[in-house]
Amino acid sequence: MSDTSRPGSLADKLPSALFPRVSGLGMVALLIALLLIGLLIIPVLLVIYVAFLDPNTEALTLNNFQDFFGSSLFRESFWNSFYVSAMSVVVATIIALPLAYITTRFNFAGAMIIQSLGFIPLIMPPFVGAVAMQLIFGRNGTINLLLKEKFGVSIPFMDGLNGVILVQSIHYFPFILINLSTSLRNIDRSMEEAAQNLGSYGMRLFRRVVFPLAMPGYIAGAALVFIKVFDDLGTPLLLNVNNMLAPQAFLRISSIGISDPMGYVISFILVAFSIFSLWASFLFMRGKDYSTTQKGGGGLSKRDLRTHEKVMAYGVVALILLAVLSPHIGLTLLSFATIWSYAPLPDGYTMQNFVTMWNASGEYITNTVIYAGLAAVADIIIGTAIAYIVMRTKIFGRKALDYLATAALAVPGVVLGIGYLRLFHGMEVPFSGEPMASWWVIIALALMIRRLPYALRACTAALQQVSVSLEEAAENLGASKARTVKKIVIPLMTGGILAGFVTSFATAAVELSATIMLVSSDSDAPLAYGIYLFMQTPSGRGAGAALGLVAVLIVGLGTFLSQMVVERDKKYRMSGQEQ
Amino acid sequence: MNQQMVGIEIENVHLSFGDTEVLTGVNLTIEPGEFFAFLGPSGSGKSTLLRAIAGFGPRPSGAIRIGGKDIVDLPPWKRNVGMVFQSYALWPHLSVRDNVAFGLRERKMPRNEIGPRVDAALDLVGLSHLADRMPNQLSGGQQQRIALARTVVVEPQVLLLDEPLSNLDANLRVQMRRELLALQRKLGLTTIFVTHDQEEANTTSDRMAVLDGGVIQQVGSPQVLYDNPENLFVANFLGTANVLNGKVEKSGDQMRFLTSTGDVLPVGDTSVTSGSIVLRPQNINISATGGSDTIKGKVLHREFLGSQIRYIVEAAGSEIIVDQSHAVGADWQEIGGDVALQINAQTAVVIADPH
Repeated sequence: MSDTSRPGSLADKLPSALFPRVSGLGMVALLIALLLIGLLIIPVLLVIYVAFLDPNTEALTLNNFQDFFGSSLFRESFWNSFYVSAMSVVVATIIALPLAYITTRFNFAGAMIIQSLGFIPLIMPPFVGAVAMQLIFGRNGTINLLLKEKFGVSIPFMDGLNGVILVQSIHYFPFILINLSTSLRNIDRSMEEAAQNLGSYGMRLFRRVVFPLAMPGYIAGAALVFIKVFDDLGTPLLLNVNNMLAPQAFLRISSIGISDPMGYVISFILVAFSIFSLWASFLFMRGKDYSTTQKGGGGLSKRDLRTHEKVMAYGVVALILLAVLSPHIGLTLLSFATIWSYAPLPDGYTMQNFVTMWNASGEYITNTVIYAGLAAVADIIIGTAIAYIVMRTKIFGRKALDYLATAALAVPGVVLGIGYLRLFHGMEVPFSGEPMASWWVIIALALMIRRLPYALRACTAALQQVSVSLEEAAENLGASKARTVKKIVIPLMTGGILAGFVTSFATAAVELSATIMLVSSDSDAPLAYGIYLFMQTPSGRGAGAALGLVAVLIVGLGTFLSQMVVERDKKYRMSGQEQ
Repeated sequence: MNQQMVGIEIENVHLSFGDTEVLTGVNLTIEPGEFFAFLGPSGSGKSTLLRAIAGFGPRPSGAIRIGGKDIVDLPPWKRNVGMVFQSYALWPHLSVRDNVAFGLRERKMPRNEIGPRVDAALDLVGLSHLADRMPNQLSGGQQQRIALARTVVVEPQVLLLDEPLSNLDANLRVQMRRELLALQRKLGLTTIFVTHDQEEANTTSDRMAVLDGGVIQQVGSPQVLYDNPENLFVANFLGTANVLNGKVEKSGDQMRFLTSTGDVLPVGDTSVTSGSIVLRPQNINISATGGSDTIKGKVLHREFLGSQIRYIVEAAGSEIIVDQSHAVGADWQEIGGDVALQINAQTAVVIADPH
């Protein structure tokens, strides 16, 4: 590709250092690197830098951190965030462990249903479920009203931090379920049989052989839950729990202004904890690739349950699923409710909420489609390019490009939002002259960066399925690199790319933590922000729930579609191999 | 590691996966201290039978007695039957030492006895220096030896080896099978070795059982099975066999085999009247000129195999494989040339048609 200049042309006579021969793909890599540095690395570094600046003199200082830990509110927020994250991991484990164990170790009718029902919480943004959970588990919610009536007691499920822990663990436990189940399924049957052959059985066998082998999966899931909960802004905000780190950062910046250093200090702590958790789980998992399934081996053997075990298993599973589905049930009830307050169930049912929602939120939905659509399109273009560069070229620093894009996972939305506010503060949009920091395009860019890791993973997986020999065959028959990519690679990747688009779009559509920082006027607000606004007033809750239901449907439909595409693609590939 | 040697009796064992019967009426007696092989193609039921002895898989009907005691209803962890898995199944989260000590800990052996026993077992397989490694730091051959040490350290009554050599490369395989045999002789452990490789079975086992379709085809020493196969499956599965159909006739005090194409071959004494004659390629002599008791043929192909020359000869209505040992200066028959095949009556085996 770099050999296209004709011999004897002017370029050949000039010293080559003046015109470094950068291939087309090299240029693409460079552009993406600049984009990621500008929109991810610089904002985050800026936030960290400002955390160490004296707000008045602009000199480097540790005073901000001193102030932070000197304030009892911030110390409390720090411990609350830590406590809530750790407890969420514990509660999520209590939910996920029985589900993973029962469905992977026993012949259990409906194991498939449980494994897929387990994903349902993920298709609802946690803050959307929070209000519904309040109505079911809150002090005057369904459960407690019934308990009080029958037994005269109440359980503080949703009081203060408990509420955040309950909502978060119900939302995020699938991360543990997925990873733990995969690990359990990847254990070769002979691992267990060898232990039985040497005299081990029952709980001892589980404790000494099975669980240690599944540990890497569990740790990966638990670390994700910890980070997600630690960084989350929407849920505590919706539950009105403000003495945690992310809400404090949001409140300082939104009420005091972007010059207040506390928001930056909190951001630094959030990023540091994210990186620390990832690093710790990475350290733990190093050298522990326990995937032991062999060719022809097959996973752990499943055994039949005896009758009383069956009853118990179904009981446990039903209870867990009921808890897991309660936000959805609550949200649905609330969206059709006339008034639902101090009563186990709504007073009456109506469609009015949907009418109100529809009249008030047309703009939110339009905005969401535009922002999330733009972000997702950009994500799959960049994701495909990075995947190709990493897997098919020898361009210097290609791995770094991959890490850079994936690093967005470790950056909390609040931090990215604050970084953009600070970075674009005082800049103007070319031509129109409006302030850059409140320009709607910035929201779309933030969404793009936040969801890029998802699209990248989908594109990488898709490219992995395309054998290099298919490309070599095209090149052997005379197609250039560019034409090969266009005619062979991209068409074969279509399914994976489409799945990446849908995932990016659906999750960007309900993103709150970054957008809430960047939305400057209601007319620029996306759906997630709309739900947040509705939920602020008791009278708006019904419409908010209706809008929440729309959000759940969008994400759910998106997830379903991307699954369909991936499955169809798999079948198409399989049949191709058989011929 | 001295141990009372025990025998294994398998009596009328049937086993099914759902509706598919995998083992059909298996009867077998394995002598104390014997190195016994289960040989058969994949899907023949040999691994299933081995796993049934260890207690894995569906419960079989019939009886499996070890040292006279029926173990069919015992769970795997109460059988004291040592098994080495095809994949070795070393636990990746435990060091070599902890892998080997596992069974002793399960047996609640005092701590101060476990150490020396583990050392002795590692010594036995010559890998004491690797005790503190993790399994993924070992080569295939080393993993194989550790898996063996882990099994024999608990002093099982019998040793079961499930295709133990299939994951090793060819050279190591030859070396390991000698080591396995030496170890078995040293420990005097009754051992069953499952393999699909006839060379492995031939070189190690005292006796073997050939399985096909869940049924034992024949039991005996490797040499007996090769020289006197009782059916066509065994004849074809062990080595190369030329098979011709026809009838046995008596002319005077001489037995003759009359093929369906009318060719006549000499055979030794047999009670079979109608069936197949099995001729090993190296037991057929090929020459350019005919003599008495020969059949005529034409050379179709010739392959030089180093120690042998293999001819494919069209004769008696089929293509007959003939191997002649090769020495420097030996004459070769020409492709397309007319030849005569001579059979030694004592080496030909006649097998009756299945009923």
